[in-house]
Amino acid sequence: MTEPFLTAKHRILRRSVRSFCDRELSPIAAQIDQEARFPWEVIEKMGPLKYFGIQASRELGGAALDSLSYAIIIEEVSRISAAIGLCLSVHNSVAVFPIMAFGTAEQQQRWVSELARGQKIGAFCLTEPNAGSDASGISATAIQEGDHYRVNANKVFVTNGGVADICLIFARTDPAAGRKGISVVVVERGTPGFVVGDLEDLCGVRANPVSSIRLYDCCVPKENLLGQSGTGLQIGLVALDTGRIGIAAQALGIAQASMEEAIRYANQRQQFGVPLSRHQVIQMMIADMATQVDAARMMIYRAAWLKDQHQTFTKASAQAKLFAAEAAGKVTDLAVQIHGGYGYSKAYAVERYYRDARVTRIYEGTSEIHRMVIAREAQKEIMSDLHIA
Amino acid sequence: MDVLVLLKQVPSTESIIEIAGDGVSIKTDDLKWVINPYDELAVEEALRLREAHGGTVTILTVGREKAAEAIRTALAMGADKGVLVSDPVLEGCDPLCTAKVLAAAAKEIPFDLIIAGQRAVDDDAYMVGSAVAEALGIPSITMVIKEEISENRIQCQKTIDGGVAVVEAPLPALITTQRGLNEPRYASLPGIMKAKKKPLDSKTLADLGLDPQTFTAFKMKIVALNPPPERKGGQVVEGETAQEKARELVRILHEEAKVF
Repeated sequence: MTEPFLTAKHRILRRSVRSFCDRELSPIAAQIDQEARFPWEVIEKMGPLKYFGIQASRELGGAALDSLSYAIIIEEVSRISAAIGLCLSVHNSVAVFPIMAFGTAEQQQRWVSELARGQKIGAFCLTEPNAGSDASGISATAIQEGDHYRVNANKVFVTNGGVADICLIFARTDPAAGRKGISVVVVERGTPGFVVGDLEDLCGVRANPVSSIRLYDCCVPKENLLGQSGTGLQIGLVALDTGRIGIAAQALGIAQASMEEAIRYANQRQQFGVPLSRHQVIQMMIADMATQVDAARMMIYRAAWLKDQHQTFTKASAQAKLFAAEAAGKVTDLAVQIHGGYGYSKAYAVERYYRDARVTRIYEGTSEIHRMVIAREAQKEIMSDLHIA
Repeated sequence: MDVLVLLKQVPSTESIIEIAGDGVSIKTDDLKWVINPYDELAVEEALRLREAHGGTVTILTVGREKAAEAIRTALAMGADKGVLVSDPVLEGCDPLCTAKVLAAAAKEIPFDLIIAGQRAVDDDAYMVGSAVAEALGIPSITMVIKEEISENRIQCQKTIDGGVAVVEAPLPALITTQRGLNEPRYASLPGIMKAKKKPLDSKTLADLGLDPQTFTAFKMKIVALNPPPERKGGQVVEGETAQEKARELVRILHEEAKVF
């Protein structure tokens, strides 16, 4: 099948990533979910192949691929294990990318060169017990004292938290300045006062060590400030524009896997003397799954393509994330339905996909926040068109 | 050290193979195609030799145009260039004929060593590697699990029934791979991107100076394909006690299965 936006190199890429995941990740995907275990044995193989530096520059040890390639990789990894797709998405798009985009040459050398090679793992620490969708409500502080910042923070639901070495911490550097007093400070694991909380016992993406990270009077050099002081929220929003493409691709990978399993099952399970797939009611479900998956894929590739063309992609990526996450919800639900009782059992993969899909409507911006973004951008576009006319 | 790898694209081992309407070929529409697993070992060994001794790794394939994908995958793993010989008259050709074409193509490529898979997992002929060596007049060592090159000679360990033989030959030579030779690498992301830019030459029989007419009558042809017999269901041995069940099992093995 030829798809718009994709070139031959994207197709080779998909084939290669799929072959790696089929061989290395597929045999353990169900097990690491059950055991809530982070599979270091696979992560260590991904490092040298540059899965942790997908878009980082070659000089810093990355693969310098385009955003479309990035989306395909996250999609393919998530098709086998959404938890590992999540690990790569967060590491690449909201840890490595902001350092590449806002960091100084020294900071890039210091952090990205190890992150891109998978020698260290990155995390993005924004959410707090009382601040989620309203990021400006955080209470973490990073107060400058001479040549260092004293950081105090209680960050929750940190993806990769249990294994993260380099954490982007959103904190108030100027508590009096409100939204304009929030900055990003990079804190490394091992800094005195850096405490990793217990792993969350989550519904899905269980192989990802999601945890809280607490910082008690952590002193970091003032050189650890990322970008300008007070621009934390802008950095966060730019990072999340990109991150959304990854999470959308993750949702797509889950939906794709669910659809494949459901179709396979529908062709093999017999009821009323014929395979399920011969029943019109099942065909309707398959049609809906295939359409949701294709539409999500096209929206994601368009958003990635726009980014690669250096065009505005905020609305496109928000739409892709919203649509793909909702599609993953519908498709995994239908896949369970086609499996009947078996779909509700851990013996079948769709049970895991169903749990994994749910969170894509929640993290890196809930579906509701994405609708706010899309509404704002859509109105901006239309109003400016009207204005010009 | 220039290494030439003979590579075949085959249906993935997980594919469900169905016999086509003609009864002598398989349905290919929905198949997933991969590098023959034994040839993947050959690519890996060639890359390791290049890393140790320098030189180049060239991939040579006879197949349909679609086989270019398999060559690109080998280029993504790190091979330097590829040659694909594709010609409509080669459709359905036998192993000897494939070997002749490969040998003719190999004559145009400088090499010190040729590495081939011991067999292709689709037709399991085990013939092409040795036949190419024969056509080129060079020694061949099959089923290699370890090789070492020094001063223009290659020494190999090869599996034989119940043991390992150590065999030596002067270069240029051809070896075929056995499981255990190495663990093939995965393509790295930058490697995948470079693969598209590496040279891949497409050739026809005429380009190799071969007369297509001589390739129309193959010595071997498939007469019929049959799927493996369907597995019969198991048998449950009945009995009240373990002793009774054991007695019944012995009776079945003796009288029905006739194993003793």
